[in-house]
Amino acid sequence: MNKFTRRNVLKSSAGVALGAAVASPAMIYAARAWAQDAPWKPEKGAELRLLRWKRFVQSEGEAFAAAVDAFTKATGVPVRVDSEGFEDLRPKSAVAASIGSGPDIVWTIHADPHLYPDKLIEMTDVAEYLGDKYDGWYPIAEFYSKRGDQWISIPFVFSGNFINYRIAAVQKAGFETVPDNTDDFLKLMQNLQKNGDPGGFALGNASGDGNCWTHWILWSHGGKMVDDDDQVVLNSPEVVAALEYVSELGKTFVPGVASWLDGHNNKAFLQSAVSLTNNGISIYAAAQREGMTEIADDMDHAYYPVGPGGRAMEFHVQFPMMVYKHTKYPNAAKALITWLMEKDQYDAIMQGSVGYLSHPLKAYNDHPVWDEDPKRKVFKDTVHRTIPYSYSGSLGYAASSAFADFIVVNMVAEAAGGVKTPKEAAADAQKRAERYYRI
Amino acid sequence: MAVLQEALPVQDVSFWIRLKNNRNALGFLFMLPAAVMLLVFLTYPLGLGIWLGLTDWKIGRDGVFIGLDNYLWLFDDAVFLLSVFNTFLYTVVASLVKFAVGLWLAMLLNNNLPFKAFLRAIVLLPFIVPTVLSALAFWWIYDSQDSVISWILIEMGLRETTIDFLGDPNNARASVIAANIWRGVPFVAITLLAGLQTISPSLYEAATIDGASEWQRFRFITFPLLTPIIAVVMTFSVLFTFTDFQLIWVMTRGGPINATHLMATLSYQRAIIGGALGEGAAIATAMIPFLLGAILFSYFGLQRRKWQQGGTDD
Repeated sequence: MNKFTRRNVLKSSAGVALGAAVASPAMIYAARAWAQDAPWKPEKGAELRLLRWKRFVQSEGEAFAAAVDAFTKATGVPVRVDSEGFEDLRPKSAVAASIGSGPDIVWTIHADPHLYPDKLIEMTDVAEYLGDKYDGWYPIAEFYSKRGDQWISIPFVFSGNFINYRIAAVQKAGFETVPDNTDDFLKLMQNLQKNGDPGGFALGNASGDGNCWTHWILWSHGGKMVDDDDQVVLNSPEVVAALEYVSELGKTFVPGVASWLDGHNNKAFLQSAVSLTNNGISIYAAAQREGMTEIADDMDHAYYPVGPGGRAMEFHVQFPMMVYKHTKYPNAAKALITWLMEKDQYDAIMQGSVGYLSHPLKAYNDHPVWDEDPKRKVFKDTVHRTIPYSYSGSLGYAASSAFADFIVVNMVAEAAGGVKTPKEAAADAQKRAERYYRI
Repeated sequence: MAVLQEALPVQDVSFWIRLKNNRNALGFLFMLPAAVMLLVFLTYPLGLGIWLGLTDWKIGRDGVFIGLDNYLWLFDDAVFLLSVFNTFLYTVVASLVKFAVGLWLAMLLNNNLPFKAFLRAIVLLPFIVPTVLSALAFWWIYDSQDSVISWILIEMGLRETTIDFLGDPNNARASVIAANIWRGVPFVAITLLAGLQTISPSLYEAATIDGASEWQRFRFITFPLLTPIIAVVMTFSVLFTFTDFQLIWVMTRGGPINATHLMATLSYQRAIIGGALGEGAAIATAMIPFLLGAILFSYFGLQRRKWQQGGTDD
């Protein structure tokens, strides 16, 4: 997901240093008006620390900082925003939960709030306020955020991860666009390889891109890790069928994908070394920002093909916000999160993210960022199409640990690389997963 | 006329003065700061880690004592057993090569070369460069699309496709071992060089006069006299290699498909990213017996001459 060129690293760090985003006067005026009527009044002398994942799209980071800045100017609550690389954010937030001190709010990843729900304050009131005001939450957003009847986090945004492809290469391979079913998709990949424009998907321990596409493969063929009762069902005919599909698909990949972490497919795509992969909108955004028009004009995004199961089964990444119980200013924290999801700020954040982030509230479906550029269209449906990584069981330690141990990614990599037969890979993955779901 | 001073009775000398003059107490006090540091930063975490390995502690939720359950589960875990195998392979191969190359380099540098000091500084460079930086550099060198090695070979016409350094399990293992060797040779070389310089040249002269060949000089003079240094440097080298984390984590994160996962990286993945602190601690603790074995081997196996332990020559 991250693009690792030297130029980009230098630019982004300079950008962060110089572009300490400042809120516009209009936003500050609106913020003051909002603060008067807000349901949560910050405590006297409140100060907040917010820890977030390091932004992948520069304008998104700036828009977010501007919105936070407006809140500070309106309410007088200083907010310190810290950024961590997303691989480091999760352990840091877990440690803060464990020891009971550290940041007040964390803008975290996946379903981490379910790892330490007792250390978080309840957000039901914030969720109900926002849901009532903005036409309600999408079901998946609610599922990710609730423990029983209580909301333990606010599903701030989702990040879509879809097929990125080069238009000319796909058309040369005999298809108008990426086909909508898995059988034709395999043909497309085989033709792409024959034409010398191979595709490639990350098969290393890539916690973003690797998990997204491997879970799609598994689910679209009717397989899954656990059933509704949290019983591990990896050793099933559907999973073996999925792995047999993958072993054919794997032969069409560009060499070296078993070593690909999250940044490699971005790099390979932008170098034209691969003509089809899966990623968020960051490749397109990077191509546009760097002026790589021959790629930006020639690329587009597509939904993942639908498998024998008959419906879209995709995994996109949630970025929820959670507030620790150890915070001294819970009202200020709730006020900040509510403020950030109100129309003007959330619109600005979505606009700044140029399609990288998607909305969990139905009212934001008409946001112009989706219609401005037709290539962003598929990302609008992120929240409709995603299902949680614990599918179809419950969110909790077992799901999260199994996810972090790359069981699905390793299983698919073994089948794709021909290291194990589909049956062996499924059986071994079943054993691995059972160790986590024993609890 | 000098007046004989009477000796002060013992109880008139204050406790503090007696303490200052008592060598044992003084020694203890001098050691105290270092002991406190070691206790706080080494013993306590080590003890806590061993304790955690006997519980099912998770990040965010306290655990309970479960005895050896973690270890029993780990013995059944294919990925853990693979990581043990990887760690052994990595350590044995890398250490042997580092020793061979380091010794050879040390013997070369022991000669009278031009720019001796400069050369020795250059040789030390790989060890001084922060591991993460050299790991990143190797990551680029081993990249499956952009590797400079692949590029050179393709330009020279020796290959048509790029080399898949880190994607194929055996290539990946060889690649990380090569990176580790590159990093670790200077430590071995410079330390052995220091050892070589303590060997008196008169021994070599005597041997040459007696008609010893190059190889005989090495076998009967250099190597035996070097064994204590070898023991020390190889113990350290094996310890560092066995517990290596940074190189693997930056280059492969333990992939492809766990082929380069060492016990240290697996422990991190399970404990910190996966949240299973107890299990990760168990994996880390499982390293201790092997490390102890390595230390004991070098202590007893390589230092058996009496004079090395303070006795006299036979």
